[in-house]
Amino acid sequence: MRYAYYPGCSLERSAASYHTSAMKVADRLGLVFQEVDDWNCCGATEYFAINLLPAYALVARNLALVPGDLAQMAVPCSACYVNLKKTDKYMGKYPQLAQRVGQSLAAGQLGYRPGGVQVRHLLDIIVNDVGCDAITKGVVKPLTGLRVAPYYGCLIVRPENGFDNPEYPTSMDRLLRALGAKVVDYPLKAQCCGGHMTQISEKVAYELIRRLLHNAAEYDADVIACVCPMCQLNLDAYQGNVNRHFGTDYRIPILYFTQLMALALGLSAADAGLGSEIVSAQPALAKIAVEVPQEEDKKARKRADKRALPMPTMPDEEA
Amino acid sequence: MMASGNGQPSSPGTFFEEVIAKTPGGEALRLCLQCGTCGGSCPSGEDMDYTPRHIFAMLAANMKDKVLRSNTPWYCVSCYYCTERCPQEIPITDIMYTLKRMAIAQGLYEDADAPDWSQTFIGMVEQFGRSYELGLATRYHLTHRPLGKIRLGTFALDMLRRDRLALTPSSIRNTSQLRAILDKAKELEGAQ
Ligand code: SF4
Ligand code: SF4
Repeated sequence: MRYAYYPGCSLERSAASYHTSAMKVADRLGLVFQEVDDWNCCGATEYFAINLLPAYALVARNLALVPGDLAQMAVPCSACYVNLKKTDKYMGKYPQLAQRVGQSLAAGQLGYRPGGVQVRHLLDIIVNDVGCDAITKGVVKPLTGLRVAPYYGCLIVRPENGFDNPEYPTSMDRLLRALGAKVVDYPLKAQCCGGHMTQISEKVAYELIRRLLHNAAEYDADVIACVCPMCQLNLDAYQGNVNRHFGTDYRIPILYFTQLMALALGLSAADAGLGSEIVSAQPALAKIAVEVPQEEDKKARKRADKRALPMPTMPDEEA
Repeated sequence: MMASGNGQPSSPGTFFEEVIAKTPGGEALRLCLQCGTCGGSCPSGEDMDYTPRHIFAMLAANMKDKVLRSNTPWYCVSCYYCTERCPQEIPITDIMYTLKRMAIAQGLYEDADAPDWSQTFIGMVEQFGRSYELGLATRYHLTHRPLGKIRLGTFALDMLRRDRLALTPSSIRNTSQLRAILDKAKELEGAQ
């Protein structure tokens, strides 16, 4: 099975472990992902707040760059997924929008016909095209004893995507069960991680994150599995801030579902992209006898590129 | 005169009509029942000046200034719960985006952080075709706290230690093509 693959900006660096594990897992499952050549940012949740037509044109350039022989696009980031899918859908639904996006693309010698590419989330492809039965057959190191809370967040299921329930999704539950994990069913699994709210109001953002961590902890989750770099970042990198803010002591590792798949399929911890999470996954993964690579703290790369911006001063680094 | 769903009279050229015209599928706004499902579903509802339901009542009453000055659109995290649950299929999340655009266009917002964040992000995307986290955070801080020491705190430090912050932008090859597309789109939008 061949798909166009749209990684999105986060997977280049902050979510590199998602990219690594997704590629290794795809390879093991016989999925061929061909990266869209010269793809650009989808605009995240920001561009639609500034200019409407350019926002759709920005997204549509990516759809236009998909080679004609590839009918489907695999997207690992839920925010990119919703933008790509929505742009295709709205162009089909609103002819005036389609026409003006078309005129914009034409200025760059490109064109896109709505419906030309079927945009699909990576989870959808794995669960529905490969299927849980085939995955079970490939499991060599079942996640037995590991309590995993599947966290869907918003944009993979809303607005309705056609492959899972928008309020009570279960695709990832089935997948994790196929990997041998004990799936934790908790009420907030499709609630919001706060999105970009950490940049706007910390108070609001931290409360949204706290609720999710609290709920998963109430159900004794060893690890939270997620499907989106924004969710991973909020729950992982801000977990310390949330603890400081509320005086809590959550230490729940946040892994991508593809990382858990990689482990169950017998791939190495390095192929699973382990070791870059901020909240250590080691105590949880010890339950399934996985050793997380203990990386030397990677030194911050020196500014080599003159386009780079001045480095901020890190208070802890001054010491 | 047209009647909106909640009985408020509305005529062309009003704020209400402008919001509808600027939102794909915005016509559905006329059908709002004021049922409150949207506000009840909203994760940041408690912290908003007005809930989405309340905003729609104010829209129908053409309370432009109050609506555009409120924090409501900026506190929308695009979770699509409201859109999913609205019995009238009103594209609520898209309307929040429209209100953000109108607030920026008219300079009507109280707290500059949210709109500036969006603009910083977009500036970067238009230049490189890609976004990168540290550039975003740094540029944003340089614009907003130019005299203060930039402190990204433990978040950035943790991310740097795990090699998860890109310090330089990655750029697409065909930036001129992207520019041409975006320029055309802006021109068409301006001509509307
Ligand atoms: S859920 Fe829909 S109909 Fe009900 S108040 Fe909100 S916008 Fe109006
Ligand atoms: S999309 Fe925005 S307005 Fe709607 S429920 Fe989510 S945060 Fe609230």
